[in-house]
Amino acid sequence: MHSIAHLGPRKIFGIGDFFITETVIYFWIIAAIMITFAIIATRNLSQKPKGIQLVAEYIVEFVYNFTEGAMGKRNSNFSPYIGTLFIFLILGNSLGLWGPRPVTADVNTTFALAGITFFLVHFNSIRSKGIGGYVKHLSAPYPFMLPINLVGELAFPISLSFRLFGNIAGGMIIMALIFTGLDSVSESLSLSIPFLQFMIPLPANLFFDIFEPILQGFVFTMLTMVFISINNLPHEEH
Amino acid sequence: MDPKAFIIACSALGAGFTMISAVGIGIGQGMAAAKAVEAVGRQPEAQTDIIKTMLIGQAVTETTGIFAFIIAIVLLFANPLVGLL
Repeated sequence: MHSIAHLGPRKIFGIGDFFITETVIYFWIIAAIMITFAIIATRNLSQKPKGIQLVAEYIVEFVYNFTEGAMGKRNSNFSPYIGTLFIFLILGNSLGLWGPRPVTADVNTTFALAGITFFLVHFNSIRSKGIGGYVKHLSAPYPFMLPINLVGELAFPISLSFRLFGNIAGGMIIMALIFTGLDSVSESLSLSIPFLQFMIPLPANLFFDIFEPILQGFVFTMLTMVFISINNLPHEEH
Repeated sequence: MDPKAFIIACSALGAGFTMISAVGIGIGQGMAAAKAVEAVGRQPEAQTDIIKTMLIGQAVTETTGIFAFIIAIVLLFANPLVGLL
């Protein structure tokens, strides 16, 4: 369990300012799991899917329906990224269930993800409207509003990343407090077997390690999709 | 009094006061949920869309509270003010 005194991610190895934290290690592990699943599930593709291929097809179909429902049929080519993001966020947020530190309880991870979203939004905005239309869109409704709109655009990735980080880190801190508190209670009762930590934290685990990760992953992907699709409109339709 | 102890005590108090903003979020999210319940009551067939919209709205509402929470954990665990002495 994470100790209260030291909340940041531990450094695993590295020299000076350049080091690998445990967040990076767990990130690699999750990436390896996802890549292995994708490779195994698509190895022997058959017309009549069964076993792991069925699961993979179900996931792909779900992701495509999810994306088309939120962004419209026109933007269904974003589905692979959205699906990867959603699965990664669910796995990364709920890592606390197995003991390790959640990957997204680190500002660096969430800022990187929000940065990807930010560049996707603006790249697609420029691609669909052209440079002129993009500048015109930023200086709407009047040209003197341009700085205000710029600040608003820059605040979006910050609020997106801090929302995910705050929720997951808050859950992690509360779980650590619960475990530390139960530990000290069983110590002060001088129990030979500290059984208090066995069943009592289960409801909190259910909320902070299962419900909240799925909800926050959903919210992050949903906001990404909404912002990409409202900025991806051709200028005439806007 | 030791100035460092004074700063740490004030930081702990400040972290506590920061989280007063949670009151506003609670009210806001509750109002969103109440309106969503009303909407589901009127149009039960649109339940999935309503829940989706409600969750996004609540997540955006939460942002101010999350900022307050981050200020609180910075004050508690990574206090920048102690280093200024």
